[in-house]
Formats: sequence, C-alpha cells, structure tokens
Amino acid sequence: MTDATRHIPDRLQSPAARALKSWESLLLAVAIAVFIVNSFASPYFLSAWNLSDATFNFTEKAMIAFAMAMLIIAGEIDLSVASIIALASTAMGAAAQVGAGVPVLVLIGLGTGLLCGAINGLLVTGLGLPSIVVTIGTMSLFRGISFIVLGDKAYTGYPPGFAYFGQGYVWWVISFEFALFAVLAAVYAVVLHKTSFGRAVYAIGNNPTGALFSGIRVARVKFVLFLLTGLMSGLAAVCLTSRLGSTRPSIATGWELEVVTMVVLGGVNILGGSGTIPGVVIAAFVMGLVTFGFGLLNVPGIVMSIFVGLLLIAVIALPRLWAMWRR
Amino acid sequence: MLQTAPHPADAAAAPRPATAPVLRLAGVSKSFPGVKALSGVSLELFAGQVTALVGENGAGKSTVVKILTGIYRPDAGGIEVAGSPVRFAAARDAAAAGITAIHQETVLFDELSVAENIFLGHAPRGRFGLIDRPAMRREAAAILARIGARIDPRMPLKDLGIASRHLVAIARALSVDARVVIMDEPTAALSQTEIEELYDLVERLKAEGRAILFISHKFDEVFRIADRYTVFRDGEHVGSGLIAEVSEDDLVRMMVGRSVDQIFPARAHRIGDEVLRVRDFCHATEFDRIGFTLRRGEVLGFYGLVGAGRSELMQAVFGITRPASGTVEVDGRPVTIRAPGDAIAAGIVYVPEDRGKQGTVAGLPIFQNVTLPSLSRTSRNGFLRLAREFALARQYAGRLDLRAAALDQDVGNLSGGNQQKVVIAKWLATKPRVIILDEPTKGIDIGSKAAVHAFMAELAAEGLAVVMVSSEIPEVLGMSDRVIVMREGLIAAELSGADLTPETLVRHAAGIGAAQGAAT
Repeated sequence: MTDATRHIPDRLQSPAARALKSWESLLLAVAIAVFIVNSFASPYFLSAWNLSDATFNFTEKAMIAFAMAMLIIAGEIDLSVASIIALASTAMGAAAQVGAGVPVLVLIGLGTGLLCGAINGLLVTGLGLPSIVVTIGTMSLFRGISFIVLGDKAYTGYPPGFAYFGQGYVWWVISFEFALFAVLAAVYAVVLHKTSFGRAVYAIGNNPTGALFSGIRVARVKFVLFLLTGLMSGLAAVCLTSRLGSTRPSIATGWELEVVTMVVLGGVNILGGSGTIPGVVIAAFVMGLVTFGFGLLNVPGIVMSIFVGLLLIAVIALPRLWAMWRR
Repeated sequence: MLQTAPHPADAAAAPRPATAPVLRLAGVSKSFPGVKALSGVSLELFAGQVTALVGENGAGKSTVVKILTGIYRPDAGGIEVAGSPVRFAAARDAAAAGITAIHQETVLFDELSVAENIFLGHAPRGRFGLIDRPAMRREAAAILARIGARIDPRMPLKDLGIASRHLVAIARALSVDARVVIMDEPTAALSQTEIEELYDLVERLKAEGRAILFISHKFDEVFRIADRYTVFRDGEHVGSGLIAEVSEDDLVRMMVGRSVDQIFPARAHRIGDEVLRVRDFCHATEFDRIGFTLRRGEVLGFYGLVGAGRSELMQAVFGITRPASGTVEVDGRPVTIRAPGDAIAAGIVYVPEDRGKQGTVAGLPIFQNVTLPSLSRTSRNGFLRLAREFALARQYAGRLDLRAAALDQDVGNLSGGNQQKVVIAKWLATKPRVIILDEPTKGIDIGSKAAVHAFMAELAAEGLAVVMVSSEIPEVLGMSDRVIVMREGLIAAELSGADLTPETLVRHAAGIGAAQGAAT
C-alpha cells in the first residue's frame, strides 16, 4: 500500500521489555513473597543450613522436570518417571548386593533410566502411540518389576562412597545435588533456548505436521527427548537412593505428578509449544520453599498437598481470569 | 426385508414431468470476504427429472448446495418451492421444505446403529415422547430395502465398509419425505457395481416424482442419467437446457469459455538442462507408474480433478510418504529420499496446499518459520545465531514484499497471502533447485495471487525449476510451459504448445478424451 521498499522491524518490543511482562517475572515475585512470608513465619527459616536442607525438597524432582519440560513443550509427556526411579534404584540395589562398586552402581542407575526412556520413546515414535497412554502403562510395568523383585523387603548396604551423591557437600552449604541442579539448569537452558535442537522442540510442539514438512526429523527429536527424560530419572534415582541409603519398591511414589506440577507451574503449556527452563527453575524454588516452610510450621503433609494443588489451579486460572477481567 | 410402512410418495409413482419447476432459484448472489462466489445465478428443478449441475472447481456448485440446504443465506435473490417463495434461516427449514442432500462426506456416527444414524434428530416417537425403537428399525429396514441396500439396521455403523456407509447416508437423506434430492458427487467413493446400483436408485427416485439435482465431474454419468443440465462458470449461470439437445463439446465449452479477467506475467522462456527426473513412481492406493522430467527455468503444471493423486505424488517426491517403488534423479544423479530433510538436501522443496497445518508453524514467529529448514546454515555447531536468522528473514521478507508488523510476530496472525509468502520465503532461503507449489494461490486474495504469480515467473527466469499443482484452469494455462494432466492416479496426458487449451485439459481430466461422442 505504501512505498515499495517497506521495512519490517525485527522486534516489536525489546527482549527486556518482553521478559518483564513474562510469566517467569510473575513467578519470581511469588517466590520472593513465599520467601519473605516464610522468614516471618518461622525464626529458623533464615539459617543457611536450613535453606540448604530445603533444596533437597526439589533438586531431584527438578532434574527430571528440566527434561520433562522439553518433552511437554514438544507435545508429549512421560508419566513413568517415578517408576523409572524405582526400577533404577532396584537395579542398583541388586548390584550392590553382589558387591558392585560406586562407578558401576552409577552406570547401572543411568543405564536403567536410558533403557526405560528408550522403551517409552520406541513405543511412542515407532508405533505412533499416544505418550500419555504408553507411559501410564510403563508406569505400572516398571514399578511392578520393582515390586516383584523386592516384595516387602528393602535393599540396603550400599558401599560407603555411594552416599556422596545424596548427602555430600561440594562447598560449605552447597550440596552435591544442588550443584548438579544448578549445572543441569544451565545446560538445559542452553539446549532449549540457544540450539537448533531446542528450536526443533518448539516447532514440533506448535505444529508437528508443519515441522515435518519443514524437514525436521520429528520422530528422532521426540525419541531423544524420551531418552533424556529416562536418563534424568536414572540420575534422580542415583541421588535419591544415595540420600535415603535404601531402596523400597515404593520409592518416589507420586513424583510423576509433582514433576508435571513443577513444569506447568513454571509456565510450560501442558498442550505443548511454549515454556522456558528459567520458569521451571523458579517453579522448583517456589515448590521447595512452600513445602519446607510448611514443614517448619509443622503443617501436616496432606495440607501441603492440598496447598500445592490449589497453587497449581490458581496459577493456571489466574492468566485466564486476568484476561476476562480486562475485557 | 420388511416392506411395511409404504412411503407416502409411492402413491404418486411415475408422474409425468411437470411443467412448473418444483424448485426455482432466481438471481441468487453470495459473497465471501474477497470472493464473489455466486452472482445472480438461476436454477430450476423439475419433478421426476434429474438436473445435472456442472462446472469447474470453484464455479459455485457447493455454494448453491449450501444455500439450498439452508447452511448459507443468499445475499440477494429468491428461492421458490412449488411456486411459493421460501426463506431458509437454518438447515432444518430446508429439510422442512422437503430438500435433502447427499453430500460427499455426510457426517455419520460410528458408535450408533444404522437405524439410529438414519433417524438421528427425527426418530419416530412412542408414548411419553420416547423413541419407538421397533418402529425406527422397521422404517429403517424399509428405506434400506427401497434403495436396495442389504444392511441390517441394528448393526453398529463402525462395522460397515465405506460403500455401505454411503448407502446409509443416502438412506438418511431419504428418511425425510423429500421433494428435492441433491446428490453432490455421489459416486466419488463407490465401485462400478455400486455406481450401477446408485443409477437404479436415481431411476426409482425419478419414478417417485422427486426432483434430483445431480452434481458430478464425470461426463459419462451426466449423459447417462441426467435429463437437464445447468452450467455454472465463475459463480455465474452460463446455460441450461435439455441433455438431449446438447453435446459434450458444448458443455465443455460452456464450462471453460471464460472472459480473460486475470492477467498473467509475461514469461521469459529460457529453458535449460534437465534438473529433475522422476521415474516409475507407484503407490498402493494414490498413484501409479508416474514419470516426468523437469528442466531449469521451466514451469510444469499438474492439472487434474480434486483427488487425482497430484498432492500425494508430490508429497512422495518430497519424502513425506514413501512410494512403493520409483526413483528420483537430480542433475542426472539418483538421490535417496526417505524424509523431507533428504529432499531439501537434494534441492527439492514443497510448498503444501494446506498452509495452516503443513506450511507454517503457527505459534513460532515469522523469522523462525523462515529459518526452520535452514537452521544448519544459520547456526554454528548447533548453536543458534539470531542475528543471522533475522538477516535471512529480512532478506526474503523484502524480496517477497511481506506485510507484517515485525519479524518476531506470530506467523499465525498473518493473512493467508502473507503466510504463503512466509512459506515460499522459507523454501527460497534453502536455495533450492526444484520448487513444488501445491495450489499456491488457493484461498488467497487477488492481490497476493498476482504477487505469487509474478514471483513464480521471476523464479523460473532465474533458473529455478518449478512444479505447480493447480486446479484452476486459467492459472495452469497462464503460468505453465508444459502441463501434465492426472486422472485417478495416472498420467492422462502431457500437453504443451497448441494442445494447451481449456478444452483439452477438461477432457483429459474427466476422461472423455478417448470416449469422444460415445455417450448420448
């Protein structure tokens, strides 16, 4: 309509302005509010060692949540993660019984996770089955194997050096788990937001057909994401088993929902296509701080889960209510 | 089969063709944003007669059907049923006026029984307003028997094959006492014997005194069962009369003899060496024994009716589907294409017909859509470089005269024409050798259409080899150096030069090239 050489600007608003209005900023405000409320509510909260202990409430779940976030952004889901922990932990326990050393135990834990992820990935991408159904199935399958092997018994007797992953400290109050969490957060943030693999994840989540027609190997990307989620579950199994020092088949029961909650709270669209790793990191802190604060106040566990449930519904409903109110 | 409950219309069996039309459309117009679908068309249907409505894709046939069935309301003009004017506010008004339609894909319900599907919404009621199931089954059986369908009305629909479903759809259309029966491409999904049975049904409906509107692309059908014809072209009525007084040639001429209102860019015909050779492409269901070549600077048109297998063929060349057999050569060297990535690497790209689903990734910004297939070039060791992405997007947005607020705007918010520009930009950024455009101007406004045409000419002039799949005759004739006509999965003809006329295209696409004069 106007001049022939029209100029289209790259961006309508600067990345900083966009970040300020983002979900992550709102969530960060919530995290700070929870922190302040907690420090007033309990005199013990603001101690460095207490805060360090608080991180154990989310580090293991958050490791899985990073991979789960990518999987959900790509439009798939893995509900078998907690059962992978149980199976990986059982495999490590069995190996420890026959005298396996620490490196072997870690490899077995990670390997079991990868194998489970590969099974999920093959069923979803190879046979084209819906991931929610496949992983509900493998959720029962993996933990079922664990129950068959262990029954009502438990594996204990891990070698002494194995305790470091769940109980060791890298420096002062910084635990090994927290350090691992921080490194993984950075790695996942770079992979999702700064690589062409991450771009493919977003493209697939927004329109898998369009991504396929653009030359993206959709099945391969999804398979890698299932592998990663399995691997992270194996890693979480190493940390959790090390921290508890024992394996029961009921280990990490219900974690799959807590991990999904963390991902959704972090602003990842459950239908796929959008979300960020920083969002998931902040959501991990919010959930950890809320759980820990309630623990300090001697609030029973059932009340805690009610609160987390309400929080989840609130954060999903708020943007919609906001949009309705503004109209 | 039960033959109780005689249908009311049976009483009026075999009437003489009435002189006054049962249904009359006069001066009906209908516009959609940017498109005038119908302008002042008229149509008359007579009791006991079959009127064939013929015209190219986009001539306005479906719009008329939707107006007659109360789905669209006309902007101007009137409908008369049995001499008195009617106005349809909704689909049920049309049904109440005795107009029923058998569509190409009637909506049926898998989990319900055949009888429930036939009577959904108007089932016979018993005491307390509850559905009288025995009566419903009886009546369903009677209707099925009337159309010669051996289907148990108690069967769940999901257990039926495609042809039986079609018969259920027909039974559903006849379950209301219809004065006017519209059949929209009724034979598209049927085998030859089923088509014969359908013809028998049409004869029976005629004998019952119903007026039938028969829409078909197949001339042999039209000449076999129609009594009258009406021809539409570009939303206008161009002729009607008795089939007995018209020849196939006359009908073809009426269908395509258009006023030239679209101007196509002048082409520099500098055709170079062969770039692409497709040999012996076969597929279990969609196409068979397809081979063609393409040269630099050439525009090769693929014409055919909807469903002729053109898109399926192109998607197989692009690696979306795997052909049963066949090879592709680029510059004389065989290439293996297992996925779109392989095709892109070989320099073959595909602009799909379904822009929203296959072409763009809505939710991602414009620049990310443009760079999606080029990420290996814009990134380094897998790490994105946004500055490069923006530069690439800016370059092609400028070249295609994209209209957008910003390059980080969601591509889903653009108009259809601008989305198409983004799709083309995305492929040009990969520096292809062969670009396949599938219905490149379908559903986009006139302005963008001209821009896409001009751009295609420019690309060909630069030495790109272009394949254009199109169902629009003026576009095919205006843009192509050579045209391959496909029919039912096979190459029906390859035309160029003086052979490229609207008549030859229509003849080969409809399969009446060889059977000239055989009908009537």
